[in-house]
This record gives sequence, C-alpha cells and structure tokens, in this order.
Amino acid sequence: MPMEIKVTGQLGSLHGIMAEFDDPESLLEAANQAHAEGYREMDAYAPMPVEGLAEAIGYRSNWVQRLVFAGGFIGATGGFMLCWWITVIAYPHNVAGRPLNSWPAYVPITFEMMVLIACITAVVGMLALNGLPQPYHPVFNVDEFARASRDKFFLCIEASDPKFDVNSTRHFLERLNPREVMDVAS
Amino acid sequence: MATLDPGPDKVIGPGHDYGTVTDEIGGVVFRPFLKTPPQMFIGFACAFLLVNLLMVAVTWLFIRGVGIWGIVIPIAWGFAIVNFVWWIGIGHAGTLISAILLLLKQDWRTSINRFSEAMTLFAVACAGMFPILHLGRPWLAYWLLPYPNTMWLWPQPRSPLIWDVFAVSTYATVSFIFWFTGLIPDFATMRDKAGNPVAQKIFGMLAMGWRNSARHWARYQKAYLLLAGLSTPLVVSVHSVVSFDFAVAILPGWHTTIFPPYFVAGAIYSGFAMVLTLAIPVRRWYHLEDLITMRHIECMAKVMLGTGLIVAYGYGMEAFMAWYSGGQFERYAFVNRTWAGGYWWTYWVLILCNIIIPQLLWSRRVRMSVPAVFVIALVVNVGMWLERFVIVVTSLTRDFVPSSWGMYYPTVWDWSTYAGTIGVFLALMFLFVRGLPAISIFEMREVVHETEPTHAHGD
Repeated sequence: MPMEIKVTGQLGSLHGIMAEFDDPESLLEAANQAHAEGYREMDAYAPMPVEGLAEAIGYRSNWVQRLVFAGGFIGATGGFMLCWWITVIAYPHNVAGRPLNSWPAYVPITFEMMVLIACITAVVGMLALNGLPQPYHPVFNVDEFARASRDKFFLCIEASDPKFDVNSTRHFLERLNPREVMDVAS
Repeated sequence: MATLDPGPDKVIGPGHDYGTVTDEIGGVVFRPFLKTPPQMFIGFACAFLLVNLLMVAVTWLFIRGVGIWGIVIPIAWGFAIVNFVWWIGIGHAGTLISAILLLLKQDWRTSINRFSEAMTLFAVACAGMFPILHLGRPWLAYWLLPYPNTMWLWPQPRSPLIWDVFAVSTYATVSFIFWFTGLIPDFATMRDKAGNPVAQKIFGMLAMGWRNSARHWARYQKAYLLLAGLSTPLVVSVHSVVSFDFAVAILPGWHTTIFPPYFVAGAIYSGFAMVLTLAIPVRRWYHLEDLITMRHIECMAKVMLGTGLIVAYGYGMEAFMAWYSGGQFERYAFVNRTWAGGYWWTYWVLILCNIIIPQLLWSRRVRMSVPAVFVIALVVNVGMWLERFVIVVTSLTRDFVPSSWGMYYPTVWDWSTYAGTIGVFLALMFLFVRGLPAISIFEMREVVHETEPTHAHGD
C-alpha cells in the first residue's frame, strides 16, 4: 500500500513507531488494545518472558515442538538403525549364540541419539524460527531501546501494517499512557 | 549497594526491581579488572598451578604410557575411572537444578541454575578426559566412535562401554546447549549494558541479535522447556549407563541391580555438595547474599540430606544382599570391603563422610549455618570420591581366584592427574564467574515480577 511518510531526521524511511512502558502489565494491556484496534504487524519487547504477551500480538505457532518431535524421531531411528546395521550387516559377531539383532541392547544408544538430535533441533530450530542470528534490526536505532534488556517494556507498531499511519498510529500509542512514543528509523 | 540476606523464606533480597538485579549481576562482569576480589586472583592462581601440574602429568603419561600410574592387573581401573565417575556425578546436580527443578517450578532454582550448569559443563569436561587418558593409546580415542574405516571394524553396540561413549558425549553436548541457550538473553543484556566497545562486540556476537521480542520469547520458552524435559531423563540415563559399566560385569561388588538408582542418587548427592562448595565462597566474595539467600542454601542442604539417605539405603542393600543372596563370592566381596581387605578403612571413612556426618543436616541450626553447610559439603565431596574408590578398587582387588588377587597403590602421577583436573575445573569456574553472568539475569527479573509486583517498577 503506497504511503507518504514524512520523517524528520537523517534516515529516509520509518520502521515503525514505538511506545515505552514501565511494567509488563501496561505493555500487555497496550498490546491487547493495539490488536483490538486492528493492528497486526507489531512486536512487543520485554526484558523477560511475559505470559500472554506473544498471543496478545497475534502469535500462533507450535513449530518448535513439531521440529523437536521430528528431531527426536530421526535421532531415535538413526540410533537404532546404526546399532542394527553394525551388529547385523557390517560386523556380524556371534556372541554365545545370541541373535544378531539383539535389540534390547540397542535401547541406550537409541535413547541417547534421540535426546541429542532433539535437543540440537530445539535450539537450532528456535533460533532459525526467530530469524537469528540477525546482525541488524531497526529497533536498535532507538537509543532508549537498550533498556528493553534491562527494565523497560516496548510496543512497536510497524510501518508495514496496512492500518499504519504516522499520525493516527502515534496518537493511538499516546493514548495508551506510555512513558514516551518514539519513531523507529529503518 | 548493601546486600542483605532476607533469610530462609525468600529467594531474593528486599528492594530489588528489574533494573537492580540486572545491574547487580551484570556488575560482577563489568567490574574493573583490578577491582576483582583478591580471593578470585588467589584462587585462580592456585587453580592455574594445578592446571600446569596436569599438563606435566599428561605429558609424562603420553611419553611413558599408563604404566606411570599405579594400575596393575587385576586392578586395571584405578584413579582414572574413579575420577571419571566422580566428576560425571558432580555434573548431574547442575542438570537436576536447571531441568528437573524447572519442571517442578521450584522458585529457589533460579539464582543457582546458571552457575550449576557451568559446573556441569566443566565437570563433564574433566570427566571426559579420564577414559581417554586411560586408553593405552589415547591418540586412537576416535576408534570409540562408529565411523567408516578401511579396517572395516565397528564398535560393539551391545557393550556398556560404547553406551557410555554415546551417553557421555550426548550429555556433554546437551549440557553445553542448555547452558548456552540460557545465556542468549543475558548476552543481549550484557551487549546493551557494555560500555567498552570490545565487550559490546563480543557479547553482541554471542547474543546473535537477540532483541527481547515477545515472539522470540515464546519460542524460546518452548525450546527451553523441551530442553528441560529432554535433559531430565538424560541425566538419569547417563549415570545409569555409567553404572552399567560396572553392573553388567560379573565381578562381585559390581554385579548388582541396585547400581543404576544408587549411582544416580549418589551423583546428585555429590553434585549438590559441589554446588554448595562453589556457591558459598562466590556469594560471599561478590556480596550476592541477597540473590543467593539462606533459602537456597537450606534447600540444597535438604536435597543433600535426602539423596544422602538414598545412598545410605544403597549401601545397606549391598550389605543385605551380600548376606541374603548366600553367594560365596558376593559375601566375600563385602567382608573384604569392610574389614578383611587392605582397603577396609576407606569403607569406614566413606560411611563416616557420606552417612554419619551429613545427618547433622537434620538440625535446622546446622542448615542455617553457612560454615557448617560448607564443611559438610566438603566432607560429602570427599565421601563420594571414596565411594567410587571403594567400588572400583576394592572389587577388583579380590575377584574369584586368589592367584589373581592384587593391590593397587596410586602413584604421584595418579594424584597429580586428579589434582590437575580439580585445577582445570576451578580455573574454568573462576573465569566463568568473572567473565559471564553467573546468575541468570532474565530469570531473576521473572522472580522479581512474581515475588514483588509492587516493587517491580521502581525507577
């Protein structure tokens, strides 16, 4: 959607408009109101996980657990097949006449491989879904944003939102009783 | 700021808000180099001397071979395996604190979990050295892994020793992942707090662009919870597999079904003792009494008492089964262990250290006394090391045939290698406490939010 944005400052375009809050409750309330107002392209920033905040800005996803399940499944299958292949195909070894496919003995390695692959998937998958590592993000252009990792709470409505308008969005955020409202250069 | 211990009821001192916990924990890392507490310098210097001792011991080992140790046939598993089991057991408390107590929603876990995860990591690193050093040809350690080779040989996946390779390497990897994942948001905090551009770059790279977004937190928490859920059975499996190294053998004194649970309980016992041994001095040197409170110390003392009783049950069962099984060799193994053999006194020192002295922890007065808890923790560390010595050495020293009996006497190189790994462990701990946030900052902010909502947003 074409937009005319006039931003004062050196940088030409705008990533969004950000409001700063003092506590998680105010941020959660603000996020709920922004969502009710019809904003969708936004993000909330808090120095710790806040219950319900991600849902308030419209986050719905259960990809982490699906990936971990797949990782665990692949790990377990791989671990079992490795043991089976070694003892039955690659290096068959008759130990006191016991069957070559001595599957109970494969359980520990199967389990360890399941945990290993599932854990690696959990972290790599979480980072990948979050788009990390990410060397640059516009929110860091706001000096005050350094406090998002200390004691302040931020809501940023992004310029890509169809409902975004420099003036009305700014007025909307100001009505939420923030400490401050800031432009975020992109 | 003044640090006040709020006593045994609270997990955090009074008057903290999101900012002050951030500054207090981050401040430890950003303290100017010369303002480091002098104990840290002295401690690191001592530890570093031991690291050098390890270098000498290992170099000599690589030149001359395992013959420089006291191991003989039949006691081929000497200090190397004793220390391996001891170190890996110490690691287990870290995983227990970070994973199991997270799932059980224990509020007192938060200010000690990061610290104990680091302890796990370094203890596993020390543990991992021993089986490799114990190989006759350590440069061929990679033969333990299944990889396609021109000899077309494969490891034996029915053997507990190969299970151990998988268990310990998985454990080391997962411990690292868990620890690092927990650190990512704190790296971001450190990046945003750092005044020094070099520190800012380093923490920035480690944080990987973490920006505290609510969506990121949601996925992060999910991943962290799954890691905890996966680590919980892992930690049980690792020490069970370690105990299979013994229990699957037919040697009297090793061949018992009680070993897996008894080893796991012993691991947690020794690990909590080590967490206390480390946390008590650090808390004092850096004045963190308001973050690591008496509640933490008392809870850890209680876990120590509880797991110690499980271990005591294990000893009792071993004695009972020696009698009840009616097995001649089993019975002799016990008699030899307790009074007839050359190592009888190690058994009684072990009982004193692991069972008798820790009973003092039933008293609340003892649990509330930091020096008393510290001393008991040290005693338990010694006791748990002796336990592994008793299991490994006294069982091997007298097996079935008297003609194959023998004695094991550790040499100076055995002791040097052992002391050297203690040096590695402590040196890494000192560096960790100095260089990285030793308490999880973002989780402390959650604690602030949960415990004192009215104070949480003081400016």
